[in-house]
Amino acid sequence: MEILLSALTGLLYAGGVYLILRRSILKFIIGIIFMSNATNLLVFLSAGIVPGQPAFVGDAPSDTELMADPLPQALVLTAIVIGFGIAVFTLALKYKFFKATSTDDLDQLTNTDA
Amino acid sequence: MLIILILYLVLAFALFLIPAKLSKFKPLLIAFFHLCLFGFFMTHLPDVAAGKSIDIHQQWIPQLGLNFELRLDGLSMVFALLITFIGFLIFIYALTYMKSYTGTTKFYFYLTLFSGAMLGLVLSADFIQLFMFWELTSVLSFLLISYFNENEQARKAAFQSLFVTGFGGLCLFAAIILIGSIVDSYSLSEWLENAHLIKEDRRYLPALVLVLIGIFTKSAQFPFHFWLLGAMQAPTPVSAFLHSATMVKAGVFLLARLYPILGGTPEWTQVVSLFGALTMLTGSYLAITQIDIKLILAYTTISALGVLVLLLGMDTQQSVKAAMVFLFVHAFYKSALFMLAGYITKETGTRSIDKIGGLIKTSPIGFVIAMIALFSMAGLPPMLGFIGKELIYEAKFDSPWMSTALLIIGVTSNIFMVTIAFLFLFEVFLGQANEGQKKSDSSYKFLLFSPGILALLSLGFGLFPDWLTQLVGPALNIIRMDDVQIKLKLWHGLNQVFFLSLFTVMVGVLLFIHIYKHKQVIRVWQRVNNRIFSINFTKVFSSGLDKFIAFSSKNTQLIQHGYSRFYIITIIVFTSILLIFQLYITRGWEIESTFTLQPFYISGLVLIIMLSVLMSVLSTHRLFTIIAMAVTGYGISLIYLYYSAVDLAITQIIIETLMVVMFVLVLRRLPKFAKLSNRRTKMRDAFIALGFGLIMTFLALKAINVDFNPSISDYFVDNSALKAYGKNVVNVILVDFRALDTLGEITVLTIAALGVYTLLNVKKTKK
Repeated sequence: MEILLSALTGLLYAGGVYLILRRSILKFIIGIIFMSNATNLLVFLSAGIVPGQPAFVGDAPSDTELMADPLPQALVLTAIVIGFGIAVFTLALKYKFFKATSTDDLDQLTNTDA
Repeated sequence: MLIILILYLVLAFALFLIPAKLSKFKPLLIAFFHLCLFGFFMTHLPDVAAGKSIDIHQQWIPQLGLNFELRLDGLSMVFALLITFIGFLIFIYALTYMKSYTGTTKFYFYLTLFSGAMLGLVLSADFIQLFMFWELTSVLSFLLISYFNENEQARKAAFQSLFVTGFGGLCLFAAIILIGSIVDSYSLSEWLENAHLIKEDRRYLPALVLVLIGIFTKSAQFPFHFWLLGAMQAPTPVSAFLHSATMVKAGVFLLARLYPILGGTPEWTQVVSLFGALTMLTGSYLAITQIDIKLILAYTTISALGVLVLLLGMDTQQSVKAAMVFLFVHAFYKSALFMLAGYITKETGTRSIDKIGGLIKTSPIGFVIAMIALFSMAGLPPMLGFIGKELIYEAKFDSPWMSTALLIIGVTSNIFMVTIAFLFLFEVFLGQANEGQKKSDSSYKFLLFSPGILALLSLGFGLFPDWLTQLVGPALNIIRMDDVQIKLKLWHGLNQVFFLSLFTVMVGVLLFIHIYKHKQVIRVWQRVNNRIFSINFTKVFSSGLDKFIAFSSKNTQLIQHGYSRFYIITIIVFTSILLIFQLYITRGWEIESTFTLQPFYISGLVLIIMLSVLMSVLSTHRLFTIIAMAVTGYGISLIYLYYSAVDLAITQIIIETLMVVMFVLVLRRLPKFAKLSNRRTKMRDAFIALGFGLIMTFLALKAINVDFNPSISDYFVDNSALKAYGKNVVNVILVDFRALDTLGEITVLTIAALGVYTLLNVKKTKK
C-alpha cells in the first residue's frame, strides 16, 4: 500500500506545483492547499502506516509495540490547522486584491499601492 | 603612548560638549594638546637618538595572535614630531580660517580624529593594527574632503578618493595577510627578524606588488595621482595637513617601514624607482600650466611624493638619507604654501592665478613667507630645500641603477620646480593688482602666523642643518638597519652637484622669464598639454564606475526579474536536483516495499483522490476545481482514519468543510478563470510539476524506512496515562506535553483571523 500512497503524495505535489505556476491567483491558492496536504501526507507516511491501532493507552499497559506512532500525528495535526490559517488569509488577501484591481492575473501585480 | 591615542578619542568627542559660546576655544584646545604631545615626543628624542626604542605591548585578541603594539623609534619619531607640530600649526590656522563656516565642531572632530589615527599609524608595530589606522585615515580623509557636502564636486571628489585609497587599502590588507602567512605573525619585530625568509618565499612577489599598490594609491603615485587633485575640494587646512604633510606621507612612511623587510631586491628597486621617477616628472610638468593656485600646489605635491618614493626605491644609503631630509623640506614648505594659498583666497576671493596680482602691497609679510617657502621648493640656498636638493642629486649620481636617466629626469623636474616657484611668486605678489580683486581685509592677517613659523623653520634648518641630524640619523638607522653617522652641510664646495644645481636654477629662471614675458606661451602650452594628455583620469574613473554599475544592474535584472513563477520554478528545479543528488548518495533507487492493491477499498479511495486531483488541476470551471479539491481533502481524511489517525481525520474533515465554505463565499465575488497561459507554458509547467512529483514519490518511499528517534514517542506513550491522565496520546501531546507549541499555533491562527477580519472590513481609503 505504501507505494500507492507515495504515488498519491507525488501526484498531490505535482498538482500543487502546476497550480502554483499558474497566473491565476485563485489557482495559486489551491496549489498551496495541495502542497500542504501533500506534505502532511509525507510526514504521516514517514512514521510507517499501521491500520486500526490508534495511539490510545488504557489503564493496563497494552502492547505498545504495534501501536501507531503518535508523534508524527501530533505534528501533522498542527500543520493542518496552520495550513488552513494560511489558506484563509491568502484567500482574504486575494479577495481584497481583486476588489482593488479587478484582475486575477499575477502579472498585473506590479504596484505596491492600489 | 596608548593613553595619547585614547586621549585623542576622548578629546574629539569632548568637542561636542563644549558650549557654543566657547566654540572659539575648540581649535585652541586641540592645538594646545598637539603642542603638549610635541613636547612629550621631544623629551624622548635623546633616548631615541641613542638608538633605543620605546615599546608598548598589549594583548588584544590572543586567540588570533593579534596584539596591540606601539613602537616609538627613529622612524616613527620623525613622523610623530611632524604630525604633532604641523597639527598644532594647522589648528591655530583653522581657528581663523574656519570661523566664517558653520558646523565647525564636526570639522574639528574629524580633524582631531584624523590626527590621532595618523599618529596611531606611525606608532604601530603590528601590521593588522597599522592597517586599521590606515583605513581610518582614508575614511576621515573622505569625510573631510566632502566637508562642503552641498557641493556636488566635493562629494564626487571625496567618493573618488575613498574609492582609490580604499582599493589600495584592500590590496595592502591582502599583502599583510600574505606576508603574515609566511612568518606566522603580524608583529613588526617578527617581520624584521625573518626578512630574509620573506624575500626568499615565492609569495614575496605578489605581496610586494600588493603592498606597492596600497602605497601608491595612498601616496598619489602615477597613475593613481588623480584623487589628490580632487581632494583639493577640501577646506584649505585639510589640504595643508592631510594632502601635503601627513596622510599622503603614510605611503612613504610604510615604504620606509617595509624597506628593511621587503627592500633591497631588484624588483623593489626597479618598480619603486620607476613609478617614483614617473610621478616626479608628471607632477612637476603638469603643475606649470595650472591656473588654480591650489592645483599648482597639488601637482607639486604629487611630484614631491614621487621624489620620496624614488629615493626610497633607489636603495642606497645616500638616497635614504636624502629622502628623510626631503621629508622635512617638503613638509615645511608645502604646508606653508597651502596655508598661504588659503590666505590668498580669503584675501582676494579667488583661486585663479590670473586674477591675482600685486599682493606685495597689501601683504608684505605674506610675500616674505611665500618667498622663503618657494625658494625652499625651488632648492635655492640658504633654504633647507637647497640641502635637500643637493642630497638628492648626490644620491642620483651614486645610484647603481640607471644613474644618468634618473639624473636627467630629476634635473628636468627640478627645472620645472624653479620655474613654478618664480611664476607663483611673480604672478601672485608682484605685478598689477587686478580690478576685480577684493579689498584687503586685515582680519585674516592672523592666518600668516602658522606659515610664518614653517617658513622660519625652512630658513633656520637651512642655516643650521646640524639640528636636523639628530632627527634624521636615528630614522636612517632604523630604515637601513645599521649604524650610520651622518652630517648635513649647507655648503658642499664646488663639486659636480653644485654645478648641476646652478644649471638647474639658471635654466629654470630662463624658462620663467620666457613664460612671464610671453604670456601666450603658457596658453599654447596648455592647449598642447590638453591635447597630449587628453585622457582625463577622473573621467576615465567615473565612466568606468558608471559602466560597472550599469553592468551590475543588468545582471541583477536577470536574476531578480520580478516574476514570482520563475522564482518558484528556480526553487522547485533546484530542490529537485538537490533531492536527486541526496537520494543518490545516501540511498539507492531500489524500492523495499512490495506493490499490493490490498485492501481494495483503500486502493479505490486513492484512485478517487488521484482522479479528483487531476480534475481540480485540469478543470476550467471554478466550482469543479473547488469541489474536486474538497474531495481530495475528504479522501485524505479517510486515509488518516483507516491508518489509526483518528484525530487527524476529524481535524481534516472540519478544516476541509470550513475551507469549502470560505471558497464558495469568496467565489461568488470573483471572476471566472481566464485563459492566461498558452500551450507551451502549460507543457513546461506540467513537465516541471510531474518531475517534482516523481521525485517526491521516491522521497516518500524512502522516508518510510527512516526511523524517528523512538525514545521520544515511547516517552509520550509511556507517560500519557501515568502523568497526564489522558488516554489519547496524540491529544495529550498537543494539550499537555507540548501545550506551549499549541498555544503558539493558536496565536498564529488568531493573527490570521485578525488579518482576514481587517482585510475584509477596511473601508476604502480616500483617493
